[in-house]
Amino acid sequence: MRIWKAPIALAVLTAAGLVSALVGDGVWDAASWVALATPLAACLWFGFFRRARTSGP
Amino acid sequence: MTRPRRRRFAGIALSGWVVVHRWTSLVCTAFLLLLCATGLPLIFHHEIDHALGDAIEAPEVVASGPRTGFGRVLATARARHPDHRVLFASQEPDDDRVWYLTMAGANDDLRQVAVDARDATLLGEPVIGGHGVMAVVRSLHVDLFAGLAGKLFLGAMGVLLLASLVSGTVLYAPFMQRLAFGEVRRGRASRVKWLDLHNLIGIATLTWAFVVGATGVVNTWAELLEQHWQSTALAALPAARPGHAAIDAATAIGSALSVAPRTRIAFVAFPGAAFAGPDHYGVFLRGETPLTSRLLEPVMVDASDGAVVALAGMPWYLEALLLSQPLHFGDYGGLPLKLIWAGLDVATIVVLASGLWLWLARHARARAAAGR
Repeated sequence: MRIWKAPIALAVLTAAGLVSALVGDGVWDAASWVALATPLAACLWFGFFRRARTSGP
Repeated sequence: MTRPRRRRFAGIALSGWVVVHRWTSLVCTAFLLLLCATGLPLIFHHEIDHALGDAIEAPEVVASGPRTGFGRVLATARARHPDHRVLFASQEPDDDRVWYLTMAGANDDLRQVAVDARDATLLGEPVIGGHGVMAVVRSLHVDLFAGLAGKLFLGAMGVLLLASLVSGTVLYAPFMQRLAFGEVRRGRASRVKWLDLHNLIGIATLTWAFVVGATGVVNTWAELLEQHWQSTALAALPAARPGHAAIDAATAIGSALSVAPRTRIAFVAFPGAAFAGPDHYGVFLRGETPLTSRLLEPVMVDASDGAVVALAGMPWYLEALLLSQPLHFGDYGGLPLKLIWAGLDVATIVVLASGLWLWLARHARARAAAGR
């Protein structure tokens, strides 16, 4: 279950973001931008920017 | 059951998922790389069309008097192409100042004419399907220049993508047993590092990729779904009553709007065209809320006497198609959403390319081991 916590959170956030812009404008669009940018931010942060916890050679 | 045996069974099931993931991905990866690469400019096709000057722009009029009737708009289009008959008249959701009329001549020669809805002046003639590089990009993305067969083929590749996403998700857990979320083993061989990146980006963008993949597959069936509706519900409309003078399109639009308040015209299909009955105008109306503006309310108007036939909405499969389009195109939340869509598209390219590279690297190692 520990493995699935973050993926499920990202999946719920993505689904909410996809629907949000569909049902409303204005603040609904903005909520969608934040929700859908989160998985991208996670990719960039964990994948490319986080260097601190790199186990050295 | 003893522990080692249970583990062995889990291993067998796992190897099944590995095989599914490997082969569904391998078959579709080349086409998905093409779809992602061509999809990237298509996200911004409105902006690109405007920049290239291919978009029709309604001139700004300071003092506009009462609008001209739709009859004069039709007359302008017919004067431009006297030997063509009008199939459709449509308006963009965000600009009701322009009518787009699609006309057919001999040998299925299709033309489109843009006419100012305010004074019936001719604004231009958009090339259907676009032209130049963007038309090539669109065709590569939609049908590989092969019409319906190409669409259905790309749809099948999309189904393989969905199978690859499901199997990849099943495999995520065993691969992550000893890793925290987002952990990338940078100190190890680049194969290990890229496996971690493949898993991270793949799982983070999973829902988006699944939704865009599934809605893309639904879109490849659009033509078939429309034809099915045409040959069932629309073909069953009552035949025109004889002895009545045929009404014009402007009257049909008026009849449709009178039964559906708080709507705007999306498009009008003329009798005999797709989306219309043999003797009926098909008037398709949009609602005014963000959600209902995506769906269409069909009103069929008898071309002989203007009588309105209620249709009780679109069938579910066409509503599903209409709702799947924004979810595939990403064009429903302004420019920021398009930029995020582009970012997720690039992330998907990284997942596809790293998956392919991991397979190639594994292959090369296996071959090297066998040769030793």
